[in-house]
Amino acid sequence: MTLLNFSIYDFSALINSIDAWLVETFSPTLGHLIGLVLVGTCFLIFTALLGLSLVYIERKICAFFQQRLGPMRVGFWGTAQTVADIIKLLFKESLITKKSDKFLFNLAAFVIMMAPFIVLSAIPFAKGLQALDLNIGLFFIISVSSIGVTGILLAGWSSNNKYSLIGAMRSGAQIVSYELSVAISLMTIVILTGSLQLSEIIASQSDGWWIFKGNIPAIIAFGVYIIASTAETNRGPFDMAEAESEITAGFHTEYSGIKFAFFFLAEYVNFFIISAVGATVFFGGWMPLHIGDATFFNSAMDVIPPIVWFFGKIAVIMFFIMWFKWTFPRLRIDQLLTLEWKYLLPISIINLLLMSIVALKGWHF
Amino acid sequence: MITDKTVLGSETQEYFINMGPQHPSTHGVLRLLLTLDGEIIRKVEPHMGYIHRSIEKMCEKDSYQQIVHLTDRMDYLSCHINNEAVCLTVEQGLQLEIPERVKVIRTIISELTRLSSHQLWWGVMGMDLGAITTFLYGFRDREMITDIFEETCGARLTMNYNVPGGLMFDIHPNFQKRTKDFISYFKTKLPEYKELLTGNVIFEERTKGIGYISKEDVISYGVTGPSGRGSGFSCDIRKHHPYSAYDRVQFKEILYEDGDSYARYMVRMDEMVESMHIIEQLIDNIPEGDYKAKTKAVIKLPAGEYYKRVETARGELGVYIISDNKKSPYRVKFRSPGFSNLSALDTMARGCKIADLVAMMSTLDLVIPDIDR
Repeated sequence: MTLLNFSIYDFSALINSIDAWLVETFSPTLGHLIGLVLVGTCFLIFTALLGLSLVYIERKICAFFQQRLGPMRVGFWGTAQTVADIIKLLFKESLITKKSDKFLFNLAAFVIMMAPFIVLSAIPFAKGLQALDLNIGLFFIISVSSIGVTGILLAGWSSNNKYSLIGAMRSGAQIVSYELSVAISLMTIVILTGSLQLSEIIASQSDGWWIFKGNIPAIIAFGVYIIASTAETNRGPFDMAEAESEITAGFHTEYSGIKFAFFFLAEYVNFFIISAVGATVFFGGWMPLHIGDATFFNSAMDVIPPIVWFFGKIAVIMFFIMWFKWTFPRLRIDQLLTLEWKYLLPISIINLLLMSIVALKGWHF
Repeated sequence: MITDKTVLGSETQEYFINMGPQHPSTHGVLRLLLTLDGEIIRKVEPHMGYIHRSIEKMCEKDSYQQIVHLTDRMDYLSCHINNEAVCLTVEQGLQLEIPERVKVIRTIISELTRLSSHQLWWGVMGMDLGAITTFLYGFRDREMITDIFEETCGARLTMNYNVPGGLMFDIHPNFQKRTKDFISYFKTKLPEYKELLTGNVIFEERTKGIGYISKEDVISYGVTGPSGRGSGFSCDIRKHHPYSAYDRVQFKEILYEDGDSYARYMVRMDEMVESMHIIEQLIDNIPEGDYKAKTKAVIKLPAGEYYKRVETARGELGVYIISDNKKSPYRVKFRSPGFSNLSALDTMARGCKIADLVAMMSTLDLVIPDIDR
C-alpha cells in the first residue's frame, strides 16, 4: 500500500489504493467487508465531529447576532463547551415515562438517526470522496431523508405526552408538505443536467454553477429550496415541531440523556445534509468556481482544493439559514401549511415548467 | 365539556391539556386548563394560587412602612409604582403635604420603571413568538435602567425607594445625567425594535386580527392598562386621575381601536415613546427641597377607608386600606391589573390556535405574582 498517490485535489487514487490493499491483504470478500466497516466508522466519526462543531458554531453565531459572546469558559473561547455538554448528556439518566410504549420510545431515537446516516453516504464530499455514487443519487437522497419523519412520529406517539403528540403531528404535516417543494425545486435543476447522478450533476457545472447558468428559474428554485428545506429540517422560523414556547419541546419533550442527544444530532446532520445538497445542486458541490472558457481564472480557482470549496459553500448556506433562525419569529402551523400549499408549491411547479421552456429553447448559459 | 363529533367519517374527541404550572410561556406558575379540538382552543380555564403568598393578610400584621416592601413582590416589574400606590394611600390618610421634589422624582422613576417593564415585555413577546434575539435586545437596554436604579435606590429590581411621606433617600448626583444619557441612547435603539419585530411579515401575520376583544368586553372584564387601551378603552389613570407630577406634564394617552394582539403590542410600543417624553419634561426641572415629609416613627392612620389607584405598566392598581387607628391596617385589598386582565383570556382565545394563545398571553403582559399576590 502506498499513500504516495494521495492528493488533496483528487481522493479517488487514495480510496482505490486502500481498497486494493485491503483486498490484497485479506480475501476479496473480507477485504470489501472491512472496507464497508471502515466507511461506516468514518461516517460515525464524521457525524460526531459535525454535531460537536455545528452546535458550537451555531451557539457562537447566534451569540454574535444577539450581542453577546456565547460560550467562553470551557476551553479557548469555549471550544470545549460542546464536548462538556456531550459528556453531561452521556452520564445523564435516561428516563422513560410511565405507560409509554417503551419499545417504540427507544426505537424512535435510532430511526431518527438512521435517515441522515444513509443519506450521508450519497453526498460527494470532494472529488472521489463519495461512498455511493448511485445513478439515482438525488432521488435516493430525497426519498431516504423522508424516513426521518417516521422517527419523529414514533417519538411523539410513544412518549405518552400530549405535547409530544401535538409536536409530532405538526411535524408530520410539515415535513410531508415541504418535501414536495424540496423535490420539485431540485428537479428544476435536474432538467438541465439530465441526470440524477450527483457526480454528473457536479460535472455538468465545470463551466459555471447552475445558479448562475440556469437563468432566472434556477434562482427561484434555489429560493424555494432554501425555504422548504429549512422547514423540512424543523429549523426556525419553521420549528413548530419543537416550538418551546408553545408545546415545551414538542416530540422530544420526554427524552433525556443520550437519546435526546440523538435527536439533537440528527437535527444537525439533517441541517448539514440540506446545505450539502443545496451546495451540490445549485453551487457545484466541490467544483471550484469556473467561468466558461476563462482558462486563467479557472486554473487559479482550481488551486483551492475541492474539499475546501465544498465545506465553504456549505458554511455560507448554513450561515444564511442560521441568520433566518435567529431573526424571524415562528410561523403558526396553519400559516406554515398555507405557505407551502398556496405559495411555494404552485411557484415551484410553474418554475419547473418555466425551466423546461428555458431548457428547450436553450436560454440557459 | 368534552364533546364528540364526526369528521370525515371518523369520530374525534376534544381533549384537555394542562398548560403550566411548569411551562416556558406562562411566565411563571400559572396553570391554564385548555380544552382543545386538535390545535384549536375551545376553552381556557386559568387556575391560580401556585404562588399565593397571602400578601394582603401579611399586611394586616405589618406597619405601614413595612407594607410598602411587600408590594415589591406583587408585580415585580413595576415595583416602584406599586410602592408608590401604597405610599399615596397612606399619605392620603395622613393628609400629608408631599414636597414637590418627591412628586417629580417619583414620576420620573415610575416612568423609568414603565420603560424597563415594557422593554422586558417586548423581549419576552418576541421570544414567545419564537424570535429569541429580541429577548437579549430588550435586556441589553433594560440593563441601563437597572443600573440607574442601582445607583439611586441601591437595588436593581425590588427597589423599595418609596416610604410613606417621600423617598428613602435623595437621588444620586449622577441620576439626572445618566437618565438623560439613557433617553438619548434609547431613542436610537427604539427603531431597532421596530425593524426586528414590528415590521416583520411573520410577526404581523401572527398578531393582526388575532385575540380580538371588543371594547364592551374589555370594560366588563375590567381589563385596564395597555391591554384595555388596545381595544379603545380610555383608562389611563395618569390622565384621568392624575397623581404625583402627572398633572404638569404633557403626554398622549395611546389608544388603538382594533382590539387585537397587534393593537395591544402597538400601545406598548407607543407608550415607550410617551414615557421618554414625560421623563424629558421633568428631568431638568426637579425642584429643590426635602426628599421626605416629616412623619412619625409609628404611623397610625385615622379610622376609615382609603382608596387610591395608580397606573402600573400593566394597568390599574388599586390599594384599599381599612384602618381602625392602629399601627397596622385592619384590612388591605389590592386590585391588581393582572388578575382582571387574565380573566379576559378565555374570551380572546376561543377558536384560536395554541400558538396564538401564547401570543395573546404575551400581549396581556401577565406577571403571575401580581395575579396571585
